[in-house]
Amino acid sequence: MTEDEFSAYQSLSEETEDHRWAFGTGFTDPLEGIDASVPPGVDAQALAAYCLMLGDDALIYSHRLQQWMTRMPELEEETALANIALDLLGQARMLLARAGLAEGAGRQEDQLAFFREEHEFRNVLLAERQDADFAELAGRLLIFSAWRLALFGKLAASADPVLAAIAAKGAKELAYHRDYAAQWVIRLGDGTPVSHGRMQAALGAIWPLVTELFHRDAVTAALPAVAADPAGVCAEVDAVLDTVLAAATLRRPDVAPMARVAGRAGRDGVHTEAFGYLLAELQSVARAHPDATW
Amino acid sequence: MDEPQVRSGWPLYEVFLRGKRGLNHVHVGSLHAADPQMALHHARDLYTRRNEGVSIWVVAARDITASSPDEKDPFFAPSGDKVYRHPTFYEIPDDVPHM
Repeated sequence: MTEDEFSAYQSLSEETEDHRWAFGTGFTDPLEGIDASVPPGVDAQALAAYCLMLGDDALIYSHRLQQWMTRMPELEEETALANIALDLLGQARMLLARAGLAEGAGRQEDQLAFFREEHEFRNVLLAERQDADFAELAGRLLIFSAWRLALFGKLAASADPVLAAIAAKGAKELAYHRDYAAQWVIRLGDGTPVSHGRMQAALGAIWPLVTELFHRDAVTAALPAVAADPAGVCAEVDAVLDTVLAAATLRRPDVAPMARVAGRAGRDGVHTEAFGYLLAELQSVARAHPDATW
Repeated sequence: MDEPQVRSGWPLYEVFLRGKRGLNHVHVGSLHAADPQMALHHARDLYTRRNEGVSIWVVAARDITASSPDEKDPFFAPSGDKVYRHPTFYEIPDDVPHM
């Protein structure tokens, strides 16, 4: 063994046949060995629509987090947030691929991500909101990850084995996201008078978007054994948020929910103005070079 | 604060990781954090992204007492010629690992 090989990382690597990686091997595919056919009795189009909803939440929120890159207050925090954005992008890829397969029209994940129009996206409005400051980033991530973790906890028992596997993997990621966000909400809320005031103001700005998260929709209702009823996780999410807010000495904001447009919101393809700019940035390269590979 | 002011104002922490097959924690680098708990999270985010570790230690760099390069000779040179301290004159059975 040469001096060079006997590095700190040498002892961290696993002995496997996979020599593509310098160190840290043993990667696994969460969907390995899972039957990808749509289970009998499940409405394939509804399943596709449902996976699109969950996939769009992750894709759009991941992009919002990516927009923080180079703008975070510390290098360490920037890496942490990049990790979270990558986790969500991974969830989005699996969910959009699942949606394309269940739909049966030959659309791949890239077609769904880059070649749909604004009104075809099904993400909740919380996912597309642009953070005004770091406090909003922490508060929004706490709410989003607490909500998504509660949903994924239920989806791990879904009648669709692919969705169940995606949820089981994602739940571990989301538990970390929630923990990361909670730590910052508590640090800022229970910090200086300035940080407390800004954290409280951030919650007030985000809170109108919380009600939509627990809204019952027709797609979920059509998939009783497959999907997780968003109204059914409200109590669980509330309990988590109350615990964090109490530790952070913050108040639950008393604000009216954002009005739906003729009863419609993100899940129906009705988005905020900011969404158009986000989508333009997300899709422009893929649309300029539609056949490119990288 | 008595430690040197770093750019971020956050103290420096040293990070030690133990890999899946590793026997002991090894030093992999350092980072800035406001307190040990944040240092642990930063270590997770900076040093285990490629599936390296199953256990992390962090320790404030100011808590480490290190030997000085000036003391290199008095500290280490005297052992340089004492080959008899190595157990190279024994047969090591094949089933004794990690020697």
